[in-house]
Amino acid sequence: MKSLKEKLPSIGTLGPFIALLIACVFFATQTERFLTGANLSLILQQVMVVGVIAIGQTLIVLTAGIDLSCGMVMALGGIVMTKFAVELGVPVPLAILAGIAVTALFGLVNGLLVTRIKLPPFIVTLGTLNIAFAVTQLYSNSQTVTDLPPAMTWLGNTFALGGTEIGYGSVLMVLLYLGVWFYLSETASGRHIYAAGNNAEATRLTGIPTERVLLGVYVLAGVFYGIASLLAVSRVGVGDPNAGQTENLDAITAVVLGGTSLFGGRGMILGSLVGAVVVGVLRNGLTLMGVSSVYQVLITGILVILAVTIDQLSRKGGR
Amino acid sequence: MNAPQIVMRATGLVKRYGQVTALDGADFELRAGEILAVIGDNGAGKSSLIKCLSGATIPDEGEIQLDGRDIHFRSPIDARRLGIETVYQDLAVAPAMTIAENLFLGRELRRAGFLGKVLRMLDKKEMLEQSIARMNDLKVGIRSMTQAVETLSGGQRQCVAVARAAAFAEHVVILDEPTAALGVKEGNMVLELIRRVRDKGLPVVLISHNMPHVFEIADRIHVARLGKRGTVLNPKKISMSDTVAVMTGALRPEDLPAESLAL
Repeated sequence: MKSLKEKLPSIGTLGPFIALLIACVFFATQTERFLTGANLSLILQQVMVVGVIAIGQTLIVLTAGIDLSCGMVMALGGIVMTKFAVELGVPVPLAILAGIAVTALFGLVNGLLVTRIKLPPFIVTLGTLNIAFAVTQLYSNSQTVTDLPPAMTWLGNTFALGGTEIGYGSVLMVLLYLGVWFYLSETASGRHIYAAGNNAEATRLTGIPTERVLLGVYVLAGVFYGIASLLAVSRVGVGDPNAGQTENLDAITAVVLGGTSLFGGRGMILGSLVGAVVVGVLRNGLTLMGVSSVYQVLITGILVILAVTIDQLSRKGGR
Repeated sequence: MNAPQIVMRATGLVKRYGQVTALDGADFELRAGEILAVIGDNGAGKSSLIKCLSGATIPDEGEIQLDGRDIHFRSPIDARRLGIETVYQDLAVAPAMTIAENLFLGRELRRAGFLGKVLRMLDKKEMLEQSIARMNDLKVGIRSMTQAVETLSGGQRQCVAVARAAAFAEHVVILDEPTAALGVKEGNMVLELIRRVRDKGLPVVLISHNMPHVFEIADRIHVARLGKRGTVLNPKKISMSDTVAVMTGALRPEDLPAESLAL
């Protein structure tokens, strides 16, 4: 029999929810417009790009890695799919697939460098961050890609539910989270990601091909960045070569706020969704209050350090 | 004396690493239902021998037989498929995962039907029940299989690792220093478990530096020396100090009384 204590989630897993609650209560008391259906729906649409990038980021952080290139790779994916559709006249579904293929390719390169040459993920992705940024600028001539076919921005549309407009993109984000949650908690290969991040050597010795698990994670993360590219394109309606600059760190912030340990092997995918929403709520609420965006950056920075500190201290206490 | 049944046998194992010859024609014999301790000085070829037997390295020359059949491993996974389970020192478990998850890591059970075949869904309930049954079988007194391994003491963790090996091994369990870094009480707990594994009929190969532990539970002692099998001793007929003397070369096996040997 499980004791009551084991059934209750630990403070660590509740942390992101508590942070979200505090932020919502605070903004609700500060500005009337915050707690309206329209604004909450808007927040979901604002976080969908960061949210989907954070899925890929979570998978990588679970293996005790980190991906600094996520936002820039996402931006490149957006440029590739919009340019393919607009300038090369490639049918929209194929253009989208081409964009996702490019982001997955970046994932593959990151993964190969990490697993084959055993480079630290931090350094590898710092390199690919710059490469992706440069390729994006070169390929797009630093020009925004406009006049997109409507099919490409379909996910930016909304539908009415009880008087509130809900974005298709937000729905897609939530579905992706549920799918990855199922994968990570209910399938063997999902559990192997946790095991590889928790104790790579022990995992290898049980016969699990740890390196293949890791490589798969980087490629899969790339696919999620590609889906995020599509969401970003749908949201702003253009291919933006300067996209991904805030999303890069916001996604890492979301993962860390969501309670996934940077030391690998521990964390919850749904925590990252909550973390992404916390970041979105902060940006939205502070904007509604008329606070300068510089302070938003300041507060996110403090939050990351706070979350990592809690992670570190709770690991020490847990041993 | 009737001939004992040999479960695992290796003959003339050679393993070279560049200029260094780690194994120089080593022999090995594991009998049914025994605990065979493997001891040896550093560099005697003890760990190379164990790596060859557990599939972690491939010998350059020599043969390995399991139940009379020639076998060739390419990896530890091959060895595992043939029913040889190894517990590696300090590397056995994923601490943040539950005991049940650790027991089934790498050989998870899936649900039947659509959920298992198409959605690849795990059968957590079945794995939990089997974990409880297997741990009860070996009398490992751990209350909940759903607690993370890191909540256990060092001895309990080691028991989980040994129990996992014993639960899945069909032929041989190899334990690399299972009692190193454990206190007296915890060490005894693990020794007790190893005895129960043997009593269930699984032969155990025990690599250990801890002479009192070796003398407490081993049925025979394989002494690795200079890349070969120096000799095999009978712990009931030889003193601990003489055993150390044989291991270091201060005493030659030929000078021992015949009853001390267990070749």
